[in-house]
Amino acid sequence: MAAELHVELVAADRKVWSGEATLVVARTTSGDIGVMPGHQPLLGVLESGPVTIRTSDGGTVVAAVHGGFISFADNKLSLLAEIAELSDEIDVQRAERALERAKSEADASAERRADVRLRAAASS
Amino acid sequence: MGAQLRVYKRRIRSVSATKKITKAMEMIAASRVVKAQRKVAASTPYATELTRAVTAVGTGSNTKHPLTTQAETVTRSAVLLLTSDRGLAGAFNSNAIKAAEQLTARLEREGKQVDTYIVGRRGVAHYNFRERKITESWTGFTDDPTYADAKNVAAPLIEAIEKETADGGVDELHIVYTEFVSMMTQSALDARLLPLSLEEVAEESHGKGEILPLYDFEPSAEDVLDALLPRYVESRIYNALLQSAASKHAATRRAMKSATDNAGELIESLTRLANAARQAEITQEISEIVGGASALADATAGSDY
Repeated sequence: MAAELHVELVAADRKVWSGEATLVVARTTSGDIGVMPGHQPLLGVLESGPVTIRTSDGGTVVAAVHGGFISFADNKLSLLAEIAELSDEIDVQRAERALERAKSEADASAERRADVRLRAAASS
Repeated sequence: MGAQLRVYKRRIRSVSATKKITKAMEMIAASRVVKAQRKVAASTPYATELTRAVTAVGTGSNTKHPLTTQAETVTRSAVLLLTSDRGLAGAFNSNAIKAAEQLTARLEREGKQVDTYIVGRRGVAHYNFRERKITESWTGFTDDPTYADAKNVAAPLIEAIEKETADGGVDELHIVYTEFVSMMTQSALDARLLPLSLEEVAEESHGKGEILPLYDFEPSAEDVLDALLPRYVESRIYNALLQSAASKHAATRRAMKSATDNAGELIESLTRLANAARQAEITQEISEIVGGASALADATAGSDY
């Protein structure tokens, strides 16, 4: 059996996902980072972007994460985000509408949030 | 029906209507407490992970940050007071306000200027009525606060603490809120939120005696701390808001329960009085009839002569 790491994806007001995984890819301020079991202890700042979790049963979980941290120690990975949504929770039409609205209002951060949501929804 | 009896009957009707209302409010509050408690529990994983991370940076590096450095002389403090938007919660709001006033008085005795920030209409009304200065206030979300609300509250506070004191910034931040101890006990307390002492945070998370690994910081310890500390403050404020909301609902439930009980007692004693009044009426009627009959009998007996 491949080595596993325990992942907890928590938003400010709820636990979004937790389980075993073999690989987690997230975007930090200095670039994408992939964490596999046995990685050295790490604490990083996340950019808003999709997080990909390859679960130990072969599936893939994608979540849109807006701001937060990644911390890894003792084979336990925590993803802390102010807002986090799993790809299958994302309402694509609503995100598209939000993107249009953000574009017309030239709201860069809202545009980015909507864009991240759409990308996360598309990649699952 | 006699006048006396009618008055009692009317009062009983009005008290029963009130009792129904307070009973309903009690039930609503009870269900909201459960919901609020669930929210507190749901926010716990984030808070504990964040505390761990802050401890890790605090112990793993010796970086300095405006949110953790103690000013040499504190000239101005901010006090954040959490109250509720609505009353009918017994002494909930007055306890929180009293705690805030005691804290303000203490800080002023120490020669500090105090800026007051208030959440909740009751606190704002209290300060406005006494024409005291409120630096900033927020209302409308105290029954069911969200993380976005906590962010809104935290933003100007963090800004104020990062500003130089000479430019109107503050040196420390105190928070007054009502801690939810249990369904029956909620206590108003004050705590110093900023500057944050990393030792205290470490103590909090080291209760289990774990040794934190040496972390690799991405991009750097300073940047991580920069990003972490405001989030930590937000999460603490969020937690205080949630506890305050749960406490408010518990206080409402208790107040409404005693109101319902009192209404029940009142109805009982009013029913007794009404019964006595009815009985008195009947007794009077009987004695009037008997009196009338005997007077009549006397009169006819007299006419026989």
